[in-house]
Amino acid sequence: MDFSFTEEQTLLRNSVSKYLADNYKFDQWRKFTRSELGRDAGHWKQFAELGLLAAALPEEHGGLGGGPVDSLVIMEEFGKALVVEPYIPTVVIGAGFLKAAGSEAQKSEWLNRIAAGETMMAFAFAEPKGRYNLADLSTTAKKQGAGYVLNGQKAVVIGAPWADTLIVTARTSGGQRDRNGISVFLVDKKAKGVTTRDYPTVDGLRASEITFENVEVPATALIGAADAGLPLVEQVTDEAIAAVCADATGAMKVLVDTTVEYSKTRKQFGVPIGKFQALQHRMVDMFVNYEQSVSITLMVTLRLGESETERAKAASAAKVTIGKAGRYVGQQAVQIHGGIGMTDELNVGHYFKRLTLADTLFGNIDHHLKRYAALS
Amino acid sequence: MDLTFSPEEEAFRQEVRAFIADARPQLPDVGAPELANRTKEDYLAWHKLLYKKGWVAPLWPKQYGGTGWNVTQRYIFNEEVADAGMPTTLPFGLNMVAPVIFTYGNEEQKKKYLPRILSGEDWWCQGYSEPGSGSDLASLRTKAVRDGDFYIVNGQKTWTTLAQFADWIFCLVRTDPNVKQQEGITFLLIDMKTPGITVKPIIVLDGAHEVNEVFFDNVKVPVENRVGEENKGWTYAKFLLVNERSGIAGVARSKKAVERLKEIAGAERIDGEPLIDDEDFARKIADLEIDLAALEFTELRTLAAESKGRMAGPESSILKIRGTEIQQRITELTVEAIGYYAYPNDRALGANEFIGPDYALGEAGHYFNMRKTSIYGGSNEIQRNIIAKAVLGL
Repeated sequence: MDFSFTEEQTLLRNSVSKYLADNYKFDQWRKFTRSELGRDAGHWKQFAELGLLAAALPEEHGGLGGGPVDSLVIMEEFGKALVVEPYIPTVVIGAGFLKAAGSEAQKSEWLNRIAAGETMMAFAFAEPKGRYNLADLSTTAKKQGAGYVLNGQKAVVIGAPWADTLIVTARTSGGQRDRNGISVFLVDKKAKGVTTRDYPTVDGLRASEITFENVEVPATALIGAADAGLPLVEQVTDEAIAAVCADATGAMKVLVDTTVEYSKTRKQFGVPIGKFQALQHRMVDMFVNYEQSVSITLMVTLRLGESETERAKAASAAKVTIGKAGRYVGQQAVQIHGGIGMTDELNVGHYFKRLTLADTLFGNIDHHLKRYAALS
Repeated sequence: MDLTFSPEEEAFRQEVRAFIADARPQLPDVGAPELANRTKEDYLAWHKLLYKKGWVAPLWPKQYGGTGWNVTQRYIFNEEVADAGMPTTLPFGLNMVAPVIFTYGNEEQKKKYLPRILSGEDWWCQGYSEPGSGSDLASLRTKAVRDGDFYIVNGQKTWTTLAQFADWIFCLVRTDPNVKQQEGITFLLIDMKTPGITVKPIIVLDGAHEVNEVFFDNVKVPVENRVGEENKGWTYAKFLLVNERSGIAGVARSKKAVERLKEIAGAERIDGEPLIDDEDFARKIADLEIDLAALEFTELRTLAAESKGRMAGPESSILKIRGTEIQQRITELTVEAIGYYAYPNDRALGANEFIGPDYALGEAGHYFNMRKTSIYGGSNEIQRNIIAKAVLGL
């Protein structure tokens, strides 16, 4: 048994963390997340130069040959710095679909571009009434000649305002919520009939509501087999869940450390508040929650390659753990900081928001408890 | 033991209902997004209607313009107001400083301040918290030095709610640094227009400008603005805090919020079915409602004791702890109910712009904002200390 990171992974962690410490400080984050673009255009290029976008991609397509553990390392550091750039939509999800089911032509075209930082992607899967059921789709893709015509609406597509390419799930056959009949498409955001309504999210990201109105896509837009896309979607979202968990543990780490530090300096009734046993126990529980999250994130990351059931159970277990831990750590961090923890000026509240929404992304605690129970 | 209301009380309830039905069309739409940053007039609209009716001050004795209601009538009134989704009147003037003035102030102070608080002419804010003092209120450092007929005030207050609109601030200041912390504090009423006062906004997690820092730089306050005796302010401050905690359970408002949560859960779909029919979600709502019912009866028990003339004691800490925890859980479940539409930052979108269903508007922000309730008014940790010490004798 060995849970240590390789030398390369440690170097990777050091280089991400150093870059972010120098260029992604909280006051800078505040500025660029509030700018019109919502990010600093320079970072994505730098991520590419540092090899972050290539780290988990195959060597034959411009990658560095790493895998999910490399993504975990990167995401933990991203979570600590509240990085807003679409690593998950582009590298984990976009490249994830292509690696798993893309044609050779698709792989050589897109994976190289992803590694080089030449594209940003967004995953348009959720629908207004679909909640967390990946198969609950009203968006349709009807066969027309050699290609397809897309119609429908997607909700809260994270990173879409920055994306040039959308990964879209749509129904090519079957009834609403059928497991069969789902297909996955690569769609150019500039394609005729794609309308986006962009907005900031409460945790400092950008998202869009997207409407597809008779959007024509060629046959080459299809990733994997038609009608049989759901297992693929499940696999890639499980990979994305592992990345979300790593991001959340990074955010929790900052909150645990910051809260403990604060409790040593902040005095009430003449003593540092960290001396009060009631608060000590709660900070211990924050720490326990964080450690549990680190463990389960490792577990899901290492099990992504196992059988469908094992992988799905691991992903749901991780998502439940992170959902609960993130809520506890976030709420306690705000409470122990007191009034100052409620302010927009301090970083604590922003980590709290990030963790709050991490529970929603790709299914919340209830959704994954049910999924886990059904698989057991 | 009796849970029923008398025919007189039921008649009173009908009267309140009729009044509310009549008042509602005259109020700004408080649910509208453009009121995310409300004006002073928006806040005062309901206050002024109540004032005209003579119902604005249920907590005051009749001789100063109060309603003279008994505890049950107050309960009925609060329930009807919350149930109809009417706004609350702001407590700083009506429920905080006014009782201090009519209990400890002199005749001139009563004549000068009380009518203007009633009418809404004067907007008050609370100068209690300071940077570094927090729940350890007695450690405050803003000082006032006597200079002839004036006090010269220097220092800083923080978390001052809606100070940007205030005409007056009631302040705790240190007048004697050489005695026990609680003994050198004085209660001053300060005109916000006095030179030397600066108000600086603090933006909270949901983007709202709700609280402020207030700076005092050689502010000259006439000695006649002192309530009670010099260095005895802690007595008045404690009296005010007990009043601040009354009504903090917020049962009627929480009931209303649970109703809204159920509406949302009825509109949301999970695998095509209403979320409210989902076993797990339904169980969470049930759990919440049961806790709320227990809290309601805890509040009724304290009210009943109060109506027999017993002052509310440390039991109010139970109401604060449970009341705020329940309020927070409702907002948490509401965010859970709306799913992905918790993401859009409505505040950044501008007036009347919706992303997703209209009921999702502002809910995530509300959840973040409500985290304050377990921090303010004496944090819930402090309330637990109070119960440990005063009730359990630990």
